[in-house]
Amino acid sequence: MFTPSHFTAVLLFATCTSVVFGITQRSTPKAMLRYGAFCWACFVGVVIAASWVMYFIKK
Amino acid sequence: MASKVQVPAKTQDSSPGFIYLALIVGWLVPGAGHLLTGRWVRGLLLFAAITSLFWLGIAMQGQLYAPNTGDILEMLGFVGDFGNGLFYAVGRMIGLGQVPVQTVWADYGTKFIVVAGLLNFISAVDAHNLRIGRKA
Repeated sequence: MFTPSHFTAVLLFATCTSVVFGITQRSTPKAMLRYGAFCWACFVGVVIAASWVMYFIKK
Repeated sequence: MASKVQVPAKTQDSSPGFIYLALIVGWLVPGAGHLLTGRWVRGLLLFAAITSLFWLGIAMQGQLYAPNTGDILEMLGFVGDFGNGLFYAVGRMIGLGQVPVQTVWADYGTKFIVVAGLLNFISAVDAHNLRIGRKA
């Protein structure tokens, strides 16, 4: 059984999902790359932000 | 003096074939619709991304939803899983994803599988748009 850490799971999910979003939502390779990177940063950024929020709520 | 110029009517020399082919092939095998339209790099990247997500979900002991369990949430999960096309069929046939979700990784894995199916729906529609010329 594959048991990644929570953050590794986030990175895997964000990477695979961003590739699909980038390719399907834009037309040119450059725009695909930029949009894919934007989606990836949003996924990971929101998770990190939410984690800190939960940390301070628990405190 | 105006002159009449006769332009011969364009004859359609090549038929586009079955227009939903890319949609169906793309649904059955992730990225195959893009390969069919000649977008090799896009097709291979989509195949790698969606296939990885699906099999990572299976490796994390994610659950494959059955079609008609009576529970509305499980039926919605099935709609997502169904997007995986042949992977879902093969997984069900060889008995993968039948273990009840009991760990956090299995829960993540179940979500990975559902999202892989939904992403494959988007990918197949994109392949269809490429085939009919709606997208460049």
